[in-house]
Amino acid sequence: MRAVDAIMECLKSEGVDHVFGIPGGANLPTYDALYDAGLRHVQCRHEQGAGHAAEGYAKASGKVGVALATSGPGATNLVTAIADAVMDSVPTVFLTGQVRTDLIGTDGFQEADISGITMPIVKHSILIQDPREIPTAIHEAFHVARSGRPGPVLVDIPQDLSRADIPYEPVASVHLPGYQPTTEGNIKQIRLAAKALANARRPVIYGGGGIVNANAAKEFRELCGSDRFPVTCTLMGLGSFPADDDQWLGMPGMHGTRTANYSMDEADLIVAIGARFDDRVTGKLSEFAPRAKFIHVDVDPAEISKNVPAHIPIVGDAKNILPKLTAEYRALGADSSRLEGWWQRIKGWQEKHPLGYEETADAEIKPQYMIQAMFEATDGQAIVTSDVGQHQMWAAQYYGFTRPRQWINSGGLGTMGFGLPSALGAKVACPDQDVVCLAGDGSLIMTVQELATCVDEAIPVKVFLMNNGYLGMVRQWQELFWDRRYSSVKMGGSPDWVKLAEAFGARGMRISDKSELVDGFKEALAEEGPVLVDVHVSKEENCYPMIPAGQAARDMVG
Amino acid sequence: MGEPGTKEVLNLEDLEVSGGIRTGRKHILSILVENKPGVLARIAGLFARRGFNIDSLAVGATDDTSISRITLTVDGAAHPIDQVTKQLHKLVHVIKIRDLEPEETVARELALFKISCQDGDARAQVMQFTEIFRGKTVDVSKRSVTVEITGTDDKIEAFESMVRPFGLIELIRTGEIAVARGRSAT
Repeated sequence: MRAVDAIMECLKSEGVDHVFGIPGGANLPTYDALYDAGLRHVQCRHEQGAGHAAEGYAKASGKVGVALATSGPGATNLVTAIADAVMDSVPTVFLTGQVRTDLIGTDGFQEADISGITMPIVKHSILIQDPREIPTAIHEAFHVARSGRPGPVLVDIPQDLSRADIPYEPVASVHLPGYQPTTEGNIKQIRLAAKALANARRPVIYGGGGIVNANAAKEFRELCGSDRFPVTCTLMGLGSFPADDDQWLGMPGMHGTRTANYSMDEADLIVAIGARFDDRVTGKLSEFAPRAKFIHVDVDPAEISKNVPAHIPIVGDAKNILPKLTAEYRALGADSSRLEGWWQRIKGWQEKHPLGYEETADAEIKPQYMIQAMFEATDGQAIVTSDVGQHQMWAAQYYGFTRPRQWINSGGLGTMGFGLPSALGAKVACPDQDVVCLAGDGSLIMTVQELATCVDEAIPVKVFLMNNGYLGMVRQWQELFWDRRYSSVKMGGSPDWVKLAEAFGARGMRISDKSELVDGFKEALAEEGPVLVDVHVSKEENCYPMIPAGQAARDMVG
Repeated sequence: MGEPGTKEVLNLEDLEVSGGIRTGRKHILSILVENKPGVLARIAGLFARRGFNIDSLAVGATDDTSISRITLTVDGAAHPIDQVTKQLHKLVHVIKIRDLEPEETVARELALFKISCQDGDARAQVMQFTEIFRGKTVDVSKRSVTVEITGTDDKIEAFESMVRPFGLIELIRTGEIAVARGRSAT
């Protein structure tokens, strides 16, 4: 069997039914095998788009996302998506073509050392040296990508080896002596954690993207509901806990709610679950939650005590650990009334500092209102992907996510241009759900070519563009911290987004009157094909509240 | 602190931090890795991007051809050693890491000193030091002597301070290798 045909067999046995990519010289054999392999290939317009589409697919479905690219520039175009996937722990496999083995190291045409280039940003990578290794390598890639803390795995396959005739036997299991993720969680530590919870008077449960990755939202909610614990989730964890629940404090961090940040600041115990105390959450590390002890549950032992020293570390899979922790806590029969005073304090903050913005009397669309209109038009049920910047933060604040995998964005790397390609991946994974890409005008232009993919491949994503004519978050920083010296942040009048959408064969709409917004969104959602809605919002609105960089939670402004 | 298995109340004040601590001493890490292409680059790259410094590094074969051993030393005053080892463990090709305890370890390094000796007197003195340090003279020219010293890094540094006044032309060190004392494997 040709090695490339064996690759197709391996992909199918891993449960893959969709792949994203672009063919080129070095992966011609792979695309030949793909021609009648029975997999759906989504032909993207740029490899970065294919990479983000694979991420969006993975984030929406929980399955491993797969992207294909040729050697050299095809592979280097994947780099941003790979870095994005490692930062947000997205299970992905990237299959790149490489030049023939006799050309490797000679600066051959379209040669790039992609396994060298990506070494710092992959969970693992495999450079194929013997075609007989290919089936095992593919299965190893999937195993590493999806288990433990998920992440991107790159398999680089020289063109000549991919054409080799190899004996193919289905691979039953993979053996990686150096890779044995801990999943169970030490029961003694779990008992200790339950006792600490039972004794805490000002606890906060702080959940992250690890809950989503572990498919443990149900177990997380059960722990949170085992007492009246105040709950906050990071940007990556939004949806793990319903935003309409009265135990919900909002998101913590730089653009989180005052309630969430003040609660962390005054907590005596923080239970971190699948969260990594990113600098956008902690602010000034030395002043973060100064009164708190920390229970840290994470599948990656290297996250524990990396930024914030843990008092009770528990290494393992949240899905296994949380039910045990809930059961141990319930068995202690702790007195709920001990949390009474804490809730009074929290409610004081909630009443004094609700999220809010100044409404306008005229037709002007406030960006925050745009998110609320999106929520209304979609019944709060859409899968929302986003680019990076102010619009992303406003969505996190105002959309009110209620289920995991509903909110797909680039948190760790902060990749502008992530929204549209990840939306198309999410729509491929979940064709029966509304998928909305909330885009920024600075971000959308970076990967807008994927509208062609949406049109040609009949992937009806709805792009709701928050157009303020600026690189808004950068402008906000220049306004607040750089004396309003607006340096290279204006986006000007180009392109005409409606015409651009139409040129791609999508429908374009423009809305600049707030009274038309909800109906306009509904109309776009009802349309059969992809639609781009260009929404003109207030130009110089700032995203508040915020913790200025390097300061502490109690220094929030706005 | 209350035992995990009892209902005894746990006082949060008594909880102590685990991990993330700087030990303030040198650590010798003995790392078994799969003998795969790029494995050394992965380890070196990991140190570079996490901001850890490698003080010395030695790589060699083991009795099993599919496995190599990397011995590296890290300053536990500059880096939290548990973070270093945990990050190393995340590399798929790293099979085992042992942070060798100094008292329970035999560590050796080989150093070659090329020392300037302008006259017979200087040469005689250098050769005398060499004998005291149980070194070997491996090359002599009219105006230089090359000496081989094996031992711990303390011993090598002590020898260096003795011969430096003569004029040290070159010093080349292999980096430490180490093995655990006693019967058990490193």
